[in-house]
Amino acid sequence: MSSFFAVLFVVAAVVLVFGLVRKIIQYAKTPAPLKIATTPAPVTQSGVVLRLFREVVFFESLFKSTKWTWIFGWIFHLGLFLVLLRHLRYFMDPVWLPVELIQPFGIYGGMAMVVGLAGLFARRLFVDRVRYISAPSDYLWLVLLILIGLSGLMMKFVAHTDVVMVKQFFIGLYSMHIGELPPDFPLIMHLLLVVVLMLLFPFSKLLHVPGIFFSPSRNQVDNPREKRHLAPWAKAMEEQQN
Amino acid sequence: MAKANFVTPELHEFVEVPEVSEGTMAHLSPFVAYPEHNTDLNFPGELVEDWHGKTLSKLDDLRKRYRSLQVYLDSCVKCGACTDKCHYFLGTKDPKNMPVGRQDLLRKVYRRYFTLAGRFFPKLVGAKDLTRETLDEWYSYYHQCSQCRRCSVFCPYGIDTAEISMAAREILDSIGYGQKYCNEIIAKVGKIGNNLGLPGPALADTLEGLEEDVEDDTGVAVKYPLDVKGADILLVTPSADFFAEPHVDGLIGYGKVFHEAGVSWTLSSYASEAANFGMFIGSYENMRRVSLRIRKAALDLGVKRIVFGECGHAWRVAYAFLNTLAGPFDFLDPAYPVPQHIMEFTWDQIQKGKLKFDKTANDHMKLTFHDSCNVARATRMGDKPGGQIEIPRNVIKAVCNNFADMHHETIGERTFCCGGGGGLLTDDLMEIRVKGALPRMTALKNVMEEEGVTHLAAICAICKSQFTKVLPYYGMEMDQVVSVHQLVSNAIILTGQETDENDRDDEPDEVEI
Repeated sequence: MSSFFAVLFVVAAVVLVFGLVRKIIQYAKTPAPLKIATTPAPVTQSGVVLRLFREVVFFESLFKSTKWTWIFGWIFHLGLFLVLLRHLRYFMDPVWLPVELIQPFGIYGGMAMVVGLAGLFARRLFVDRVRYISAPSDYLWLVLLILIGLSGLMMKFVAHTDVVMVKQFFIGLYSMHIGELPPDFPLIMHLLLVVVLMLLFPFSKLLHVPGIFFSPSRNQVDNPREKRHLAPWAKAMEEQQN
Repeated sequence: MAKANFVTPELHEFVEVPEVSEGTMAHLSPFVAYPEHNTDLNFPGELVEDWHGKTLSKLDDLRKRYRSLQVYLDSCVKCGACTDKCHYFLGTKDPKNMPVGRQDLLRKVYRRYFTLAGRFFPKLVGAKDLTRETLDEWYSYYHQCSQCRRCSVFCPYGIDTAEISMAAREILDSIGYGQKYCNEIIAKVGKIGNNLGLPGPALADTLEGLEEDVEDDTGVAVKYPLDVKGADILLVTPSADFFAEPHVDGLIGYGKVFHEAGVSWTLSSYASEAANFGMFIGSYENMRRVSLRIRKAALDLGVKRIVFGECGHAWRVAYAFLNTLAGPFDFLDPAYPVPQHIMEFTWDQIQKGKLKFDKTANDHMKLTFHDSCNVARATRMGDKPGGQIEIPRNVIKAVCNNFADMHHETIGERTFCCGGGGGLLTDDLMEIRVKGALPRMTALKNVMEEEGVTHLAAICAICKSQFTKVLPYYGMEMDQVVSVHQLVSNAIILTGQETDENDRDDEPDEVEI
């Protein structure tokens, strides 16, 4: 079983990384032929960095829009962020001090994550407008993430798993050494679901993660009168017509 | 036009977010373009036989040329933040008029043919086959979007439905399924020089009439020049300014400001249109062709500056795109931005103390200001972000004593569209225009009742025309709409002007700011 998981994780990691890199290259290479920043917009590059920072860290636009979605969405993402930081300890030896320090907060993060996701699920179910726009996959993503969160929390609060073994397994993968995984149900669940998440990430709406950094309405400097903004294809058209 | 066939929504204190009611607007589509309207713009005259293949290849082409389209099609997580933000949804309850609902019409097809998940598990991810009915649905609902970008303010990823609806319209045009209103107008600009098809002599005649009117009124010979070579400023203004009410009162105002500023200026019969409907149909090529007319006029007339009159989407094309589409404008005076908005020009003159006003001339009105969507959310005026929201208000307050803003959630970057933008200002779309005006009408009615506001000032030809038409549906008067430069025109005291009550030598009550 451990070899099965070893192969799965290597494949999932490759798919995740290459899938995302492929999309990022696609976004970066596709020209944005016109200035379409949603104004009022920053007039300097540093202003844009600040705008994206507020957007990514605080979900500024969502805050303007609807407070419930913002609260649940933000709690979930913040929780997930803390959880990811906490999990770094399974992938490094020795463990960095900041990762050491974040450990207890990671637990709260895990709980917050599940609470936020439950809120988002309820909203998807009970607000008729959101229900209308939801495809089955939209519910399934929430279920997947909730199950990942719950199975993870189970290992902390219900049935402990030998995390030292888990860590040895993942560190071992770096040197192509396949160690043993503890044969605990919550762990197997947890790992399987994470693999599914990693495999589907680059082919799903989770592309909002790289997407926001490439969103022209958010990442453009508002300076069209000062600078021409000619895309390569537009330039070619110009040369052909002139 | 008959008011029949639909019920105007009732005005309440607040705009309630309605429960979704599917298909309430499925019946509404604008008139389809005649073959010659399409072929004039280099589109196929009628729906091509291989529409299926052509649609998909155009979608593929556009997603490779527009980062916005590719990123926006991928990134939506269906969070619902935009669902209650569109005036057309609020006024019609139709879920396909929710921004995400509208985007999904195209996104479903994108997913089906261009993503792994949609190819193999279409039902799971809500992907749909492209059918003939899909095209009709696109045609209907992508012409119920005014491309006002209100949704993009609230989207956590800045997804702008305008980009999606422009792409959809460009796809439809590319397979010969164009909209009559937009395509006919763009062709008219190409042939005659403006949306309304006013030839040069008619313009000259109109302007001469304005000169006479102003001289009768003030005793001062204010000029409204046309095609004057060597003038400093080329004024490009929406052609509605030449005759429609209250637009023309704004044009009178521009002329008075230029006169008092002591600059030489001219209109151009060749570039007698600020509007650029190429944007509405998402066509870079057509938008560029219209823009190049302005460049040519500026070169031919040898002007030093370009100033735009009051028009919303025109200012978007001018401010955000003109330099890219038709630049570089290195032959103009580098001391001024290219182009400038008339509001920037007037505010600058006011700040320099060059203009004198009698604010009491506007005392019979209490004003509020409608931020035009394209101005507020897609452009800037002045040096600082938000100038496009402040400067028009500064100008109004400099010429009027009575002003009150509408509810803060309905102005500035959150402004509600008038309901007639984006190529919808046509009688065949009256139903969506009236229903889409609901949020703006509600805010106006409230500020009328609470603050005693009597008039709505606007800086967009489309907004002005739309309100003139739609206000009566909501029990208000069509002449409650005014141009901002109409207010300037009312209050400005021209050098040497005769006034009724005061002797010529009298100092005015109100002086420069």
